[in-house]
Amino acid sequence: MTTTSAALRPRLLGRTAVNTVVGVCVLYTLLPVLWLVLAATKNRDALFSSELLSLGDFSFFANLGELFAMDGGLFSRWYGNSLLYAVLGAALGALISVACGYAFDKYAFRHKEKLFGVVLAAVMVPQTVLALPLYLMASGVGLVNTFWAVFLPVLFNPFGVYLGRIFSQGYVPDEVLEAARIDGAGELATYFRVALRMLGPGLVTIFLFQLTAIWNNFFLPMVMLSDQDLYPLSLGLYTWNSSATVSPEYYPVVVMGSLLAVLPLILAFMMLQRFWRSGLTAGAVK
Amino acid sequence: MTTTTTGTDTVALPRRTAPLSSADQRRGARRRRLGACGVLMTPFFVLLVTVFLIPVGTAVWLSFFGADQPGLGFGPERTVFVGLRSYAAVLTDPTFLGGLGTVAAYCLFYIPLMVVCALALALLLDSGVVRLRAWAQLALFLPHAVPGIIAAIIWLYLYTPGISPVIELLARGDITVDFLGVHTVLPSIVNIAVWSNLGYNTIIFYAALQAVPREVIEASVVDGAGPVRTALQVKTPLVRSSIVMVAMFTLIWGLQLFTEPMLLGQQTPMINSRFTPSMYIYDAAFNRNNYSLAAAASVILLLFTIALSYGVTRWTNRSAEKQEAAR
Repeated sequence: MTTTSAALRPRLLGRTAVNTVVGVCVLYTLLPVLWLVLAATKNRDALFSSELLSLGDFSFFANLGELFAMDGGLFSRWYGNSLLYAVLGAALGALISVACGYAFDKYAFRHKEKLFGVVLAAVMVPQTVLALPLYLMASGVGLVNTFWAVFLPVLFNPFGVYLGRIFSQGYVPDEVLEAARIDGAGELATYFRVALRMLGPGLVTIFLFQLTAIWNNFFLPMVMLSDQDLYPLSLGLYTWNSSATVSPEYYPVVVMGSLLAVLPLILAFMMLQRFWRSGLTAGAVK
Repeated sequence: MTTTTTGTDTVALPRRTAPLSSADQRRGARRRRLGACGVLMTPFFVLLVTVFLIPVGTAVWLSFFGADQPGLGFGPERTVFVGLRSYAAVLTDPTFLGGLGTVAAYCLFYIPLMVVCALALALLLDSGVVRLRAWAQLALFLPHAVPGIIAAIIWLYLYTPGISPVIELLARGDITVDFLGVHTVLPSIVNIAVWSNLGYNTIIFYAALQAVPREVIEASVVDGAGPVRTALQVKTPLVRSSIVMVAMFTLIWGLQLFTEPMLLGQQTPMINSRFTPSMYIYDAAFNRNNYSLAAAASVILLLFTIALSYGVTRWTNRSAEKQEAAR
């Protein structure tokens, strides 16, 4: 092992080159976020003079105040809506997907693989294809422009079922189920008391995937909602950005709003790092 | 799993007096299991039917029916069967074909760029000489936590003269670039997508590379291969399945391109309301209220996606077989 790693280790020049390339890529990913942070501290005039590093102006708190006061405090509504859609939707959606993935892994029944094929096919179908029919269905039952019109469709996560099946194979040994059966435990009790606990890291991974997807969701709310009070952040900031082309006082507000909209996902990824790292690996390798 | 159960039952059989009751018992256990399986699967399949199968069916149905106004347009509107008329209308519409071309160009440019860059970065990270590897990974992953619309907003501002420090810097070096011009707008969109997904895909490749058995790499070193050759000819073929998966997902997402051009379109006239097929569908359904046309365009986009994904799978399988045969 030591000889191989010594032989694999490139010369000093190669090492510097490798580190430079990775360093440039890191700068490429970090600098735009850094720009967002700096731009959020600037008032409108400083924003338009591109003088990001001048310390003369520090309008962070003024911008923050303006953001929450804009259009009668709409931003906090949007923030709350996004949290509700994303956290509740991802939690419920992940539970539904994992239960189904587990059942696909642990139970045998006729045409199982064909049914799983349908689930996989659903991963491929573009959101935009489903949007118009979903809109017409929602308007048929009077759900258009309500919370449910956005909340119900985002629960559907076929990729979560695929991951759930893989995680179930990896984390829940069949012997555990056999043991539980011999002890006379019911099938569902075994799932909820034993298997679900073992599936924890997988559940967190699927939750995070879905949280990101719902937080990102833009097309569906755009189609379904016309009441600004129901907007999620993505749609709200989109509307404000289009207002900014006419009235520039929206620019600092959009910048500050974007910064705040990024925070929850970064927080979630950092807090749950321990889980999703192992989960992502399991999903990627198999 | 089922075999194990039968196994234990066969072992237990001699002790029982009536084999029939054991069979009954087994049937009972089987029924209980299927019941549990049904309970666990039902919520998902209810969703699958209501927010997936019925909508897809509705889209197909809608595409064959159109609004018709009898009596010179004065009578009440009614829905009539129009056959393939909407499909013909979509497929002869230059704006739709233009959108399809835009998305095709975007994918041809974006997918190879993304896969090559992410794989190269992952191989560099895997080479073992990168310092602060964990921090580098975290920094690369950061844009994944930035929602698509926010990423588009950040880059839109970095593309806008007067706000952008990038344009300012370039101007000092006497370089003027219009990032939202005729020829630059598509590469600008590609850049947003690369920025958003590079780190995420790098980590997927890196995880796959970590799973490559060390003996394989040692063997290649013993054979006299340098680090670059080891990376390209030994490691890369071993993470094929991850490459295919990433390429496939990038393709599926690429064909749906919507958010970024919608946002950039607020600022530049180079992006019209039918710039991509998804935007065409939105425009047809919600600006022009032509449901039949939107549905036909949706079905065409769906078929296009299925055909391309199928093509990619077939092509990669075949080249995998060839590779196997060559060995």
